[in-house]
Amino acid sequence: MTLLLGMGWGALGVLVIAVGAIFGVWWERKVSARIQMRLGPQQIGPAGSLQMIADVPKLLFREDIIPARADRTLFKLAPLIVFAPIAIAMVVIPFTSGWAPMDMSVGVLFFLAVPSIESIALLISAWASHNTLSTLGGLRGAAQLISYEVPRSLSVLPLVLLAGSLRPLDIAQRWEWWWFPLTLVAFVVFFIASLAEMNRGPFDMPEDESELVAGYFADYSGMRWAIFMMAEYGAMIVASLFAATTFLGGGWPLSGAAGTVLMVVKAVALVTVIMWVKWTLPRVRPDQLMSFCWKILTPLALIQLVVVGVVLIWL
Amino acid sequence: MPHDLTVNIGPSHPSTHGVCNLLVELDGEVIVSAEPRIGNLHRGIEKIAENRTYMQVIPLTDRLDYVGSMYSNWAYCRAVEQLAGIAVPERAEYIRVMMCELQRIGSHMMALGPAGSDAGATSVYMYTFAQRDLVLDLFEAVCGARLTYNYVRPGGVSLDLPDGWVEQCRAFISQLPGAMLELDRLLFGNVIARARMKGIGVLSREDAIACGTSGPVARGSGVDFDLRRDDPFSVYPRLEFSVPLGDNGDCYDRARVHLFECIESCKIIAQALDQIEPGPVRNDDVPRLIAPPAGDTYAHVESARGSLGVYLVSDGSVRPYRMKVRSPAFSNLSVLPLLAKGHLLSDLVIILGSLDPVFGEVDR
Repeated sequence: MTLLLGMGWGALGVLVIAVGAIFGVWWERKVSARIQMRLGPQQIGPAGSLQMIADVPKLLFREDIIPARADRTLFKLAPLIVFAPIAIAMVVIPFTSGWAPMDMSVGVLFFLAVPSIESIALLISAWASHNTLSTLGGLRGAAQLISYEVPRSLSVLPLVLLAGSLRPLDIAQRWEWWWFPLTLVAFVVFFIASLAEMNRGPFDMPEDESELVAGYFADYSGMRWAIFMMAEYGAMIVASLFAATTFLGGGWPLSGAAGTVLMVVKAVALVTVIMWVKWTLPRVRPDQLMSFCWKILTPLALIQLVVVGVVLIWL
Repeated sequence: MPHDLTVNIGPSHPSTHGVCNLLVELDGEVIVSAEPRIGNLHRGIEKIAENRTYMQVIPLTDRLDYVGSMYSNWAYCRAVEQLAGIAVPERAEYIRVMMCELQRIGSHMMALGPAGSDAGATSVYMYTFAQRDLVLDLFEAVCGARLTYNYVRPGGVSLDLPDGWVEQCRAFISQLPGAMLELDRLLFGNVIARARMKGIGVLSREDAIACGTSGPVARGSGVDFDLRRDDPFSVYPRLEFSVPLGDNGDCYDRARVHLFECIESCKIIAQALDQIEPGPVRNDDVPRLIAPPAGDTYAHVESARGSLGVYLVSDGSVRPYRMKVRSPAFSNLSVLPLLAKGHLLSDLVIILGSLDPVFGEVDR
């Protein structure tokens, strides 16, 4: 029964991400246009907001090219594996106080663990494409995702300590305003690690446009390519929702439906910052990416954990 | 040294600045060797020139360095003028200097934008292209074309400056230094951009000279050489400007030399606009079919990429016997294997971009 329910919510998650991606692409095009002194899409619908509605059918009708030397089965499988974990991770997010699609006692752990499956999908797509640049992108991606798991998980622990629970619902309910200044460093670490986790600039090593063309999904076309794009936006949305509910207190100071709206607003604000970062900063180099992770982010997250632990004794 | 991966970068690739094919041997992500394989854009311009009259060759020179057609025209026309002994009116010389400097700005925008986007900061491209567009507007006003101008002719230029052009040009050069300093803060002040560019692709002063590099690539390595000052031609001796130099010869210095050269070009244009006086812009005595006396000559200008030279041989007929272009982009590209060795694949596109090659001129 739980499994069936989970699948149902997962399917709904896919829908939310698909709609979110359509909105996200439009929003990203608008944000990047602002940064680049352009106007962005403006022909279809008010302020170009229906642009993606026109783009999705276009992508559906594109030829689905599978390279001759590709591993056909894996090649077709990879987009699904890249997309599914993100939709699944969504089910533990408390959308309103006291309610999450799936109430899990280890929800935080679940949220941190499930999107990691993406690194396997990344490797599969890179391997299946039988393309040097894709392979390089996939290897980079795997190294990056595994490394950034560490600071990302560590940065959530202070909140788990404060709430005394791994249940996202508990964290959201027990959240108090002074948690935010106390865990600010953890929030920044989580934000940066999430950027790397979702392969967004300045950490978009695996799809590094300037030398790897598009990296692991360089050989994908049409809808399969669009699924990779949707997964990227999905990861952005899910991570922002999670950060909004845990680090930023969800609907605080409002509650009920207004709280849910405020939470979504916070998440959209975070998504906007992610886009802002991508379109402003240059990309870091793979070795710099690694040393940044292990030499700066991980120690910072550890220090934050100790600080919160010490503060907890005083309380 | 064992290596296990050979990667073909280009000729169809987002960061090869044209149609360059780089054959890269990788050990992990470390470059063992990088070999540029040129010739994809070879059109045989030097050979075609032998079958055309001297006037008909000018449009061909437009296609050499297609982001800097003005100075390509000029280098060729100087060679023809030297060969045939054609005098150029002073106003035409001033116009040529201004066009060359505007073209330098326009071309450097093509170097600075990719300096950012190679490193992943794609927005920089838009900022530099906004400036390049203003340059192209000025060119369009003066000759009607935005890319291949065919503007400089033996004995002058094809058309005089139109009404309002001087004001348009002054408006442009008054805002450019500010925009350049903003770009300096935005891109070269950024901590990631510094980490990506500093210490990458270091070209020593000795290597810069030995490999025959010129222009911003050589000046980024501290080679104080600029034809405009060291082999003065046209009206450059009457204009005051300084030559920006780099200290370390890395990608950061090369890119910044581009930026500060744009500001110096603004100073040159401002002085030229002050000094220019009304008069003819074309020597009317030049015949349509120029038949220079038999002999040969070499003329060069300081282009945005370095010393662009044209060697012309005449056998007394109306067609050049031989034309040879000394391409700065070709010489600058030759240091790529030297610079790329030992760096990571990610650095390769930044190094290539910092050399600012234009393959129309490399392959000819």
